[in-house]
Amino acid sequence: MAKLEIGDRAIGFELPNVRNGSVSLDDYSDQEAVVVLFTCNHCPYVQAWEDRLVQIANDYSDRGVEFAAINANDAEKYPADSPDAMRQRAEEKKYPFPYLYDESQEVARAYGAERTPEVFLFDTAGNLRYHGAPDDNYEASQMETPYLRDALDAVLAGEDVPLAQTSPVGCTIKWK
Amino acid sequence: MDATIKIIMTLEIQFLWYEDCPSHEEGLRLLQDVLAELDVEADIQRVKVETEEQAQRLQFPGSPTIRVNGEDIDPDGAASLPSALTCRAYRREDGRISPLPSRDQVRTTIQRAI
Repeated sequence: MAKLEIGDRAIGFELPNVRNGSVSLDDYSDQEAVVVLFTCNHCPYVQAWEDRLVQIANDYSDRGVEFAAINANDAEKYPADSPDAMRQRAEEKKYPFPYLYDESQEVARAYGAERTPEVFLFDTAGNLRYHGAPDDNYEASQMETPYLRDALDAVLAGEDVPLAQTSPVGCTIKWK
Repeated sequence: MDATIKIIMTLEIQFLWYEDCPSHEEGLRLLQDVLAELDVEADIQRVKVETEEQAQRLQFPGSPTIRVNGEDIDPDGAASLPSALTCRAYRREDGRISPLPSRDQVRTTIQRAI
């Protein structure tokens, strides 16, 4: 499986948004940073991190940061990750970002994503600046290092990301 | 002479897990900690679930799953989940979802069985 390395360019995609229409990476071309988040509905790690990720998206939205959440799980084997269920989750949790369905799993494979949640942060030039977990603990009360927030702050300040790569922790993507 | 009578009751505990889900080691430690805390001896049968067919046959709602004398530590939660090769979602007492049960959930089920 191909794997994006730090510094690599973002790989383009166009995927259906479960709430409306479709979304392309090109739609983010005027942003200061883009977070491509591989996620899903059913995984307890996603659910444990979900509120924090929504909060990060809200906190950074007025600083030119946008998220694209992508679910690539096989919805036949995991019906909780179907487009209908995705739409319900996006509404229930008031996702401030599009929730995209990668039915063919081609985008997840191209990125080398393996788990949910798994974060890829790109700067305004489209280069990968951070890859890994949202932070260092799925338990919010035990979190010590906010990897993604630290990386966003660094990218927005034009500085080096202090920790550019961490190991994603979560459920494996459910391949067909 | 101080005589202590210790009642030894051996529980049958099944610990079912799926290797790709990272919570199983922490889950096993949690189970062992609670057994030690309660001073309960138990045979822990570790069952590695490797295929979807096995998951269906064992009615495995995700990793880790703990059964004490055949009773799931969260029977309602288990009943609400399909059998699948994935991580199990546990609803904690405060409503949060977690990849692991709470210590209280494990303790309560074991105490009920002894």
